Formats: sequence, C-alpha cells, structure tokens
Amino acid sequence: MIAALAFYLFAAILIASAVMVVTARNPVHSVLFLILAFFNAAALFLIAGAEFLAMILVIVYVGAVAVLFLFVVMMLDIDFARLREGFQRYAPIGAIIGGILFLELLLVLSGWSFADQADDLRLSPNPGASVTNAAALGRILYTDYVYLFQLAGLILLVAMIGAIVLTHRERAGTKRQDIAVQVARSGSVVLEEVPVGAGIKALGIRRPPEPEAEPPKVTHDAHHGGHH
Amino acid sequence: MTQPLLAEYFPILVFLAIAGGIALAMVGGSLLLARQKPNAEKLSAYECGFEPFDDTRRRFDVRFYLVAILFIIFDLEVAFLFPWAVSLGGIGWFGFLSMIAFLGVLTVGFIYEWRKGALDWE
Repeated sequence: MIAALAFYLFAAILIASAVMVVTARNPVHSVLFLILAFFNAAALFLIAGAEFLAMILVIVYVGAVAVLFLFVVMMLDIDFARLREGFQRYAPIGAIIGGILFLELLLVLSGWSFADQADDLRLSPNPGASVTNAAALGRILYTDYVYLFQLAGLILLVAMIGAIVLTHRERAGTKRQDIAVQVARSGSVVLEEVPVGAGIKALGIRRPPEPEAEPPKVTHDAHHGGHH
Repeated sequence: MTQPLLAEYFPILVFLAIAGGIALAMVGGSLLLARQKPNAEKLSAYECGFEPFDDTRRRFDVRFYLVAILFIIFDLEVAFLFPWAVSLGGIGWFGFLSMIAFLGVLTVGFIYEWRKGALDWE
C-alpha cells in the first residue's frame, strides 16, 4: 500500500519534472529539473528492488553527468530568442515524428504479453532476496559477461582519449616543469666561484645586455634586474 | 510490501515527507501571510549604478568540461569495483583477472592523460 502510493508519487514527480526539462525557458533550470528526475528515477528503481542501480544512478548521474550537463549548458552561449525563432516552422514536423513514435510505442505495448514460463527461461535467474543486488550483479558480470565488461572498459578508454584529443590544447605562455630535462641539464648552467668584491662584470660572465643609453632611471632598473 | 529491503528505506520516506512538509509550510506560509508587492525590479540583477552589461551566466572554459568528463570515467570505474569487491569470494581467479584487465585498460588511458598533461591546470 505504502509502496504503491510512493510509486505513484515518484512516478508523477518524475514525469512532471521531465516535462519541465523540455519546457523550462532557462537551460540551467532544465538541468536542475533533470537532477530531480534522476532522483525520482532512483526512487522508482528502489521500489522495483534494484537497490544497487538506484544508488549508482544517484552517484553517477546526479553526481557526475548532471554536473557535466551544467558545464555544457554554461559553455554554450545560448541565445534564447534565436532558439525559439524556428518553433512555428518546425512544430508540424516535430509533432508528426512524435506522433509516429507514440503510435509505435502504443502498438508495442498493447500487443505485449509475457510467456507463461518466462521466469524459467531467464539466462540468469533472480537469485532471490538472500543475495544483495551488488553481489548478484558481481556473480555474473565479471565471469559470464566478461566480454561486455571488457567492452565497457574499452568504451571508457575511448571516451577518455576522445575527450582529451578534442578539448586539450597547449596554451601559449604556460610554463611546465620538465624534471627530466632539469636533471639532465649540465654545462649550460655552471656554478662559478667569484672573488668577493670583484663584481661579475669584471670576470666576463655573460649577462643580459644592458639597454642603450636612456634616462638613468631605466638603466638602473635593468641593472637591478640583471642581478636577480 | 513485496520487497523486504523496502522496509529498510521507510525512514528515508518519512524523512522526505517531513522535509517536503516543512519546505511547503515555509514557502506556503510566506505566500499566504506576507504582504505581496511584486515588482520586476526586485527580481532583476543588481549592479551598482548602471544597467547590467550582460547575462549573469558566463561562458566557462572548456577545461572544466575536460575535468568533469575525466571524473565521470573514473567514477564509473569505481562503480564497477563495488559489485566486484562484494562477490570476489565467489567468482574466483577468472573474475579477479577480468577486473585486473579492465583496470589495466583504464590505466593505459590514465597514463595517456597524465603524459599528455590533461591533469595539469596550467
């Protein structure tokens, strides 16, 4: 009874916030409604008994993906007036495509029926309430579904390299410390013993060239900088 | 209740109901009792002495995006580690080595991004 009530409550909030994601004027508000939708979807997962998936949904989608969406929304310079400009023109096409999809869904769902022995035909049957969600997933994910698991790893690798290739660039004017070069360097920097009071100019040590004859104040500054 | 685990989450539902009730009481109470004098200026952004130059939303540097996407990838890696750690006793050496291979693949990516300097800010 309470579970059914909670289900309808969370499902209603989920659908309402999903509608708000599409219709909100401000894209940042859209992202916030998306986060609300994620939370409600997690609650629905929980009611369906998928405890682990619910927590992963909160951690990964709310904690990471929604933040990424916020960054994307902030990065795009969206002009709202220009965005709504073509609405009248594209509304009929959008409505037709949406209607077709809705009809297809309706046909599929109205003709859907479970086989009588569907539970017995499952490749990996539900281990029951004695096993936690995470343990039940772990029992098959890393052994029976090892190829899909490794494929997931490769997809993550591709995502990582793709993001770096697309967005990372060397910026002009940044200085990086290269320790190998620093350690391997010899000869170009030498420690010299200088007699006290002689001055480095008298010893012929190379230093930044002094500027041309200018007002005395400027030459003094350059001279000062040369010592440092 | 069909699921026994749902009973453990009942306190959270109670907490949610109380939190929602308090929030509703605060907003609804001020809506009902306080004097309402809506004015467009009250909601506009305030900048001392002049009209705001542009939108409050500033464009972010793309480097934030790179950090966020790298975070997601390692977040997912950790998400895969949880069921593995719970069931490690039952899946044997094969399951162990399968996770080591997965981690190895992602370590290749990690070394790549480290060498590439994607983790450095400047």
